[in-house]
Amino acid sequence: MMGLIILVGIFQSWNIALSIFNLCLISAVMTMGANIQWGYAGLINFGIMGFTALGGLAAVLISVNPVQEAWSAGGTNILLSLLLIIGIVLAVRLVLKKYQKSKIRGYIIAAIIISGIIIIRFVSEPGIEAIEEVNPAKTGFLGGLGLPIIFSWIAGAFFAGGLAFVIGKVALGLRADYLAIATLLISEIVIAIIKHEDWLTRGVKNVIGLKRPAPYEVNLQQTDWFINLVEKFNSGKLALISDITERQAALNQFVIEGSSIFVKLCYSGLFLVVVIILLILTQKALYSPWGRMMRAIRDNEEAANAMGKNVVKQHLLIFVLGSAIVGIAGAMLVTQDGLFTPGSYRPLRYTFLIWVMVIVGGSGNNFGAILGGFVVWFLWIEAAPIGLYLVNLTTAGLEDTHFLKVHLIESVPYFRFLMMGIGLLLIMRYRPKGILPEKIEIK
Amino acid sequence: MDFLNALILLLNYIFVPALAYGSQLAIGAIFVTLIYGILRFANFATGDMMSFGTMVAILFTWYFQSLGLSLGFLPTALLAIPFAILFMGSYMLMIDKFVFKYYRLNKSPPVQLAMVSIGVMFVTQAVVRIIIGPSDRRFFDGEKFLIRASEFKNITGLNEGLAIKSTQVITIVVTIILVSTLFWFLNKTKTGKSMRAYSDNEDLALLSGIDPKKIVMITWMIAAILATIGGVLYGLDKSFKPFTYFNNMLPIFAAAIVGGIGNPFGAFLGGYVIAFSEILLTYAYKKFFMYVLPESMEPDSLIQLLSTDYKFAVSFSILVIVLLYRPSGIFKGKIL
Repeated sequence: MMGLIILVGIFQSWNIALSIFNLCLISAVMTMGANIQWGYAGLINFGIMGFTALGGLAAVLISVNPVQEAWSAGGTNILLSLLLIIGIVLAVRLVLKKYQKSKIRGYIIAAIIISGIIIIRFVSEPGIEAIEEVNPAKTGFLGGLGLPIIFSWIAGAFFAGGLAFVIGKVALGLRADYLAIATLLISEIVIAIIKHEDWLTRGVKNVIGLKRPAPYEVNLQQTDWFINLVEKFNSGKLALISDITERQAALNQFVIEGSSIFVKLCYSGLFLVVVIILLILTQKALYSPWGRMMRAIRDNEEAANAMGKNVVKQHLLIFVLGSAIVGIAGAMLVTQDGLFTPGSYRPLRYTFLIWVMVIVGGSGNNFGAILGGFVVWFLWIEAAPIGLYLVNLTTAGLEDTHFLKVHLIESVPYFRFLMMGIGLLLIMRYRPKGILPEKIEIK
Repeated sequence: MDFLNALILLLNYIFVPALAYGSQLAIGAIFVTLIYGILRFANFATGDMMSFGTMVAILFTWYFQSLGLSLGFLPTALLAIPFAILFMGSYMLMIDKFVFKYYRLNKSPPVQLAMVSIGVMFVTQAVVRIIIGPSDRRFFDGEKFLIRASEFKNITGLNEGLAIKSTQVITIVVTIILVSTLFWFLNKTKTGKSMRAYSDNEDLALLSGIDPKKIVMITWMIAAILATIGGVLYGLDKSFKPFTYFNNMLPIFAAAIVGGIGNPFGAFLGGYVIAFSEILLTYAYKKFFMYVLPESMEPDSLIQLLSTDYKFAVSFSILVIVLLYRPSGIFKGKIL
């Protein structure tokens, strides 16, 4: 796999190769999260997209500087609404605890929730309007905490884990394919909220120019040590150019190229650290008594239950853990892009593609998950060039202006869907356990 | 007079659109529910199968238009539907033969079949986009309105107009015909009864001599009819865009589950439940109250329960609530 990426580096450019590599690493993290849920415990989570988006939201809320005007304009209303929400939850819990299960209890709870929502709307609406009016072209939202963006990776895990806790509490009792549909729909609700609550996320107006954990290209291009490094690296090529001004121009070109590669390498390093830490932890967990228990629950719930294992609790735990890992990946993704675009979260890319990675790589095997993330992401990106090559090959006999050839060349980007679909179907049929099947060693 | 105006307002903005949208959802939901009841898996390729059927119908429509054929004031697409259904049916049987059959014979768990259907989803989506492209297409021709808002105002002398699009009427009429034929087929004919028996208890059905191959084939054919007609009706009423069709899968699933999955009648009603609640909860009632209430009590705000952005979220929330409190759906479906 690394060989393929290096080939891209040689034939296309190192810049493309590194961005593919970085996204492969992020995909690997997402896949590991989904793999923990599906491979270890047999839980289907089609809500990957929602958790990814929450991780991205964490990146915004942690790193963006707080917008003071917005806070003074509507902060109190928002905080009040937050308190009200907590109040509603506590009231409902109190009712649930104090009264026996009956129709009246149901009505009381419904009344509390509905009246609560109405009160919250009245409290929050002026606040939201005030916040969104503060310089709408640039801010129009509350901003974040202004901390380094790296912290958001942890915060993203907590956000996603928190949501997973709530979803798990209500939905984990459902049968497998119901759980899949429920999580898919819940993730759509999450995206709808992120897209339309402008005071929190700026919605479809996007948040751009997030902080970076890596240096900026422009700054790098002016630092001496970096220019010297590039000069040393390319000394062979530079020596061939005799003219001084030309050599200077070539050096500048190399510095510009080098700086973006250097930044990408910084990201790769950071992501690699995350992947390695997660790999060590998940591998340890898989072979621990806890991992054995999870497999036992997956393979036979009743038997595990009879042995005194708390199936419900363990399912909830693993659902939260897996989703938290997906949340980390979501924060990493936004960190790498430097922008948060709620409109770009689509189930095909963030839920189903990740599932293809899990299935292709090998469920239950952490190395399989990473491999799946790499292979599938690589194909997803390189499908268009491969498709173009195939189209040219098969239509070689036709003239360049033949309508079929033109049409096919125009639709080359969609060959990636075809490739994913056929790949998934073939793997499911002939290698249902994935490229690297689950291996249980008894130590 | 004010009361009549208010009534027309509700009819125009809530009842008629919701009825049309609900019919489109209902057809899709019956499709999902049939596949679930008889072939026993959640078909994630639903939206894309519908878009495939619609695509074929559009291609036929274009062909007929180039031949100069038309149905007068009705859209040409109605003429294309039977041909599209034949095409769609063979596509579905082909998918079944190459993909689903293997897992059915091996008695794979439903989850695995659902995963396989995701593969089919990717492939179908690719085929549709490669053939017709991802852009928005309108293929409606013929008379656009049955009654225009201005004509209605002139006739009745009311302030509020009632506009009825011909596509809305076509949708509702076709749905009534299609659904009643389907229920007649399922409840009265021998094949329909054997299908229901197969859905209820596979082993018992096999013992009483029902041929599973035939059942599966008929199910796919009915599915092709439903997918094509549902897709074409939606496309006529709004427009055809592969991505929208993929997204429509979500409210369709919601409708099928709300109605009780595996229960075609429940799915039918579920479609309307979803459509009406989506539109009722996101409609701004300001004008309605202006008519109904005396002037002194007129509202200042829009009186909108939820902003229209949350249209989809409404149906999903209903689904989640139903899943939690009545997992078998409102109209008892299969107990899962």
